[in-house]
Amino acid sequence: MKDSFLTGNVSISNSVVPLISTNIEFNDFLGAVMVRWGINRNNYRINPGLYAVGTPDKLSDVFVTANYKLSFDALRKNLSWVSGWILVLDTKGVNVWCAAGKGTFGTKELVNRIKLTSLERIVSHKRLILPQLGATGVAAHKVKEETGFNVHYGPVRAADIKRFISEGYRADKEMRRVTFGFKDRIKLIPNDFMYGKFYLLGALALLFLISGLSDKGISYRDFAGDGGPSILSVLLAYIAGIVITPMLLPYIPGRRFSFKGFYSGALVFIILFLLKLTGSNIFETLSWFLIITAISSFLAMNFTGSSTYTSLSGVKKEMKFSLPFQIGFALVGIILQVIGKLN
Amino acid sequence: MKELMYLPDVVTLSLCEDACNGCGMCIKVCPHDVFELSGKKAHIIRKDYCMECGACALNCQPNAIKVKSGVGCAAGIISGILNNSEPTCGCSDSTSTCC
Repeated sequence: MKDSFLTGNVSISNSVVPLISTNIEFNDFLGAVMVRWGINRNNYRINPGLYAVGTPDKLSDVFVTANYKLSFDALRKNLSWVSGWILVLDTKGVNVWCAAGKGTFGTKELVNRIKLTSLERIVSHKRLILPQLGATGVAAHKVKEETGFNVHYGPVRAADIKRFISEGYRADKEMRRVTFGFKDRIKLIPNDFMYGKFYLLGALALLFLISGLSDKGISYRDFAGDGGPSILSVLLAYIAGIVITPMLLPYIPGRRFSFKGFYSGALVFIILFLLKLTGSNIFETLSWFLIITAISSFLAMNFTGSSTYTSLSGVKKEMKFSLPFQIGFALVGIILQVIGKLN
Repeated sequence: MKELMYLPDVVTLSLCEDACNGCGMCIKVCPHDVFELSGKKAHIIRKDYCMECGACALNCQPNAIKVKSGVGCAAGIISGILNNSEPTCGCSDSTSTCC
């Protein structure tokens, strides 16, 4: 990832500010797809500091963002209609909302960056436009105290910036509200899929090992009869928790993510049961029910971290109830699996 | 699309209306429209939609809002327990992944 978005320089008040393009090119698109899959995700960042778009002057607006390149791209592609300044904070390559939660997109960094870039010499006004989700880390009144700049919280989505400005720097209800639609959820699936890969490999390995057990000892010759279905069951449980549950989130009953994941897992179990892939005796069948729902429920519960509406208090309450069940289901499931194989 | 709501009656958000100066900042920063301004005071009108992000409390100049903010993230809570620290989604340092 080279900085292909840099197109030149703008000289103003004895400062030279890099000029950037508002076009998203194939490189940017490719980089975005890759980070969604977790590739280069911890290093998908740009240099913090001040940038220019269009032909900005002393009166142009200043837009503040994070130095995660996806955040930067989301902002610049929505500024093709205006000339302005972009102040990029050093958030260690993390997006605005997560960084604000951590405090790296925060009051201290913003104050510091304003000083480092001598922003008061570049613009003659005192207006900063911040993404609304940065508010978790930035105290507007403290920025005002320390720098004289007024923080205006803009819309949640950069696509609404034009409307925000044309309506007199006001974000209406719709611009302020965070949603969690189908597209938003789908985009997160690859990342969660990669995040859970070690759970997946662990579960696959364990259940494959067990699949070779029989009353005659251990053997892996009957792959189609034992190992294959075991791998398929674990994979589908994983998909139930990480793909099906997020996709159908609003339509699956219950508020707790672990319950939603349990239902998705149960659905997968029923399908496997109807296909006669849940073992040859009651122990194995029951075992698969427990294992599949435990995996799916646990992974779905982890999706609380990707969602945009769960509270810490709520997730704690949910986990206190669900985690013991998930662990219990998994343990009993594995024991039954072994008993079933030796039977 | 119907609006998603998490568990009811768990959120730690509270507002001291006597201390409120009616600036409306909490309304501007809240991502889930939890507050409303009427009679020159803010009021909590949709408490169960609060996700405890803490933006309102941080931007409340008179400190009228209290909330125990943090990440609503199961993986973060587990790693918090394992590392004996506050729940964290690992966004703070450059080597780990984010929520």
